[in-house]
Amino acid sequence: MLGWELPPHNSGGLGVACYQLCKNLAESGADIDFVLPYDADHQISFMNITAAHPQGIAAILKSGIAYDSYKYIYEDGHEETLSVYDQQSLYEMSVARLAEQKEFDIIHAHDWLTFRAGIRVKQQSGKPLIAHVHSIESDRAGGAKGNPIVRDIEYNAFLVADKIIAVSDFTRQSIVREYGIPVEKIEVVHNSIDPQLFEELEGENTYRYLQTMKQQGYRVVVNVGRLTIQKGLTGFLKAAKLVVDHRPKTIFLIVGNGDQYEELVTLAADLGIGRNVLFVGFQRGSRWRDAFAVADLFVMPSVSEPFGIVALEAVGYGTPVLMSRQSGVSEVLQNALKVDFWDEKEMANQMVGALSSQPLLDEMLAGSTREYNQMSWVGSANKIMGLYAEHQGAAA
Amino acid sequence: MKAIVLYLHVHQPYRVKHYTIFDAGYDHQYFDAEYHDRTSNQRIIHKVAEKSYIPTNKHLLDLLERHPEFRLSLSITGTLLEQLREWAPEVLASFQALTATGRVEIVAETYHHSLAFFYSRQEFEAQVDMHRRLVEELFGQTPKAFRNTELAYNNELAMWAESKGYKAILAEGWDKYLGWRSPNFMYRPVTAPNIKLLLKNYKLSDDIAFRFGDQNWSEWPLTADKFTHWLNNSGEATNFGLFMDYETFGEHQWGETGIFSFLNHLPDQWLKTAGNTFMTVSEAADRIQAVDSLDIHDTVTWADTERDLSAWLGNGMQQEAIKAIYSVEQKVLSSGDLALIADWRRLQTSDHFYYMCTKWFKDGDIHAYFSPYETPYVAYIAFMNAWHDIQYRLSERGIEV
Repeated sequence: MLGWELPPHNSGGLGVACYQLCKNLAESGADIDFVLPYDADHQISFMNITAAHPQGIAAILKSGIAYDSYKYIYEDGHEETLSVYDQQSLYEMSVARLAEQKEFDIIHAHDWLTFRAGIRVKQQSGKPLIAHVHSIESDRAGGAKGNPIVRDIEYNAFLVADKIIAVSDFTRQSIVREYGIPVEKIEVVHNSIDPQLFEELEGENTYRYLQTMKQQGYRVVVNVGRLTIQKGLTGFLKAAKLVVDHRPKTIFLIVGNGDQYEELVTLAADLGIGRNVLFVGFQRGSRWRDAFAVADLFVMPSVSEPFGIVALEAVGYGTPVLMSRQSGVSEVLQNALKVDFWDEKEMANQMVGALSSQPLLDEMLAGSTREYNQMSWVGSANKIMGLYAEHQGAAA
Repeated sequence: MKAIVLYLHVHQPYRVKHYTIFDAGYDHQYFDAEYHDRTSNQRIIHKVAEKSYIPTNKHLLDLLERHPEFRLSLSITGTLLEQLREWAPEVLASFQALTATGRVEIVAETYHHSLAFFYSRQEFEAQVDMHRRLVEELFGQTPKAFRNTELAYNNELAMWAESKGYKAILAEGWDKYLGWRSPNFMYRPVTAPNIKLLLKNYKLSDDIAFRFGDQNWSEWPLTADKFTHWLNNSGEATNFGLFMDYETFGEHQWGETGIFSFLNHLPDQWLKTAGNTFMTVSEAADRIQAVDSLDIHDTVTWADTERDLSAWLGNGMQQEAIKAIYSVEQKVLSSGDLALIADWRRLQTSDHFYYMCTKWFKDGDIHAYFSPYETPYVAYIAFMNAWHDIQYRLSERGIEV
């Protein structure tokens, strides 16, 4: 298994999804060797974890939250921070070296950063390659083409792979549209959530100010995610403006950081809703959990969201969800409001409708909680075990 | 003598279009969706007319002409009759052709297919009166039997119907109330000894309405011959209440299932046996003696496995929406604004609340099929936005909201 990150050293959903998936695959009997590009102790016992070290490098440490911020420490003691492209080339070479010493039946690679390594090992070993797609370049570029180097890597991997796994039908369609891959080559295996791993809320909610405002009749809408074009926050703020015109006692809590931070702060001010929009930056722990809990409604307005596990996390913390139809999670969660990301007026209409009616919020939460409690990774793991069996046989 | 009492319910609501909070205060037309929208009432009338009303009425008229003993009863809501008048007058004429034979009875109900009985007796009676006047105008007959929306029935409704001079009332033949008794006899309400209570035989009715086209059903395919055989061999009986949605023919069960052929052959087969006949609901009430009285305290309906009103009023949104509508009753009526009153009444149609039903995982299939909305939540939001506009129109007229 070739991956780029695992919790707790993860920047987002990719690491969590890999962790959950491997845990359930291991329980189904899969023997997994997970190769990461960095050194760290993950306290994981259900699989073997190896750091792929390029020759001459003593250690690779994560130095920030983004997935490209690794510090390379050379054997001679000097340190260097490489571009993400250099990193994935180094990873490719080190994985190729590692693979020579290992025995395995299937190569399972997660997202473009590991795809070149996957292709290389397939060529070297003749073993089948499964390319698991958590997002593609056009998702990250918010619907634009994105970086041509990355597109190239993705395209080659999709051609070479024996099977492609997409985390949603939305993503499968994107792969067909962007790369012309035949739809039969792509299997949808939805991400999920394990309600048992839920971290309980504890103590007083850390957003005391918002609690007080709620007692004054305010309603709180929250968004949690990176502030990048993919996440659709520009449209969300325009919709927020329409909501505030209609319902001045509404506060929008925005949790996250990203390249659009300044642009979004300025936009809120320009729209005249500066007082209604709170940017609180990236949060972990109780401030992260409490942000969901304090809100009356969670909104995920993404332009292109291959899955969007955060919507399920919101439900776990007791908050009903409005999400864009351009998301994978909208395929698995029925009891939610759904809107096209570009339809700002409808997004506002649904927000006003929800914030004006406790029965609607209660009913959505009851329905989505029921769905949430039934979720698990078991079904997804079983599907993948089936694919393994199929392709292992084909290779032999 | 054994009689089939065939009773078909014909109804379409005025569905609320995609109506946003930003429309409230500006656009007072709630029911005029674009023709190709899923909530377009005109498009749905055209579709159902083509698939169901036109072919079914043709078959029914043919049966009436071929069999002097063939009879049936219909209830047709005011909201449907209005829409037929506007968008499918030929369908309205075909219903009139049926009643012109003198062997098709129209049953009384609320004009707006509402649940007003449970919220406002005054409004309920106003809607029953409106419906009676429209039936008299279009069909030249005054209804003598009563059915409430969704066949919602209880002792109190029976008392009301008796006091208004109806001779019969319809209800679901639900085991919980019947106990060991059979639905295939005539009953009377315990609270209203002077009227008859006609029951639906839900098993036989649902064999046609729900199971007919189901190829996984052990009795598939159901022929008129087999069905008649069941009736003839079901022991002692005086009447078989086959009550169902009219749209069973051609819409819920598509023509391809053979439902029309079944309808055509049922009278042929049934009337082969001496003593078998058809009766309208009032004829059955006149000619068949009641064998017992039934005590039905809690409301029983013909819906879902629960046979209650939970599909309409079971969740908080439905409760909120229906309370909102009846909370403005006196203000709307006193406004004297006829368009406002008409819109308010159209919003009382039970279908609106049905679309908000969240029983997805149990009876969900049926509910999803009949809803033009993506989720119950957006159905609720559109409805409440229309209600907000009703409030706006009231305040515009100087009425405090």
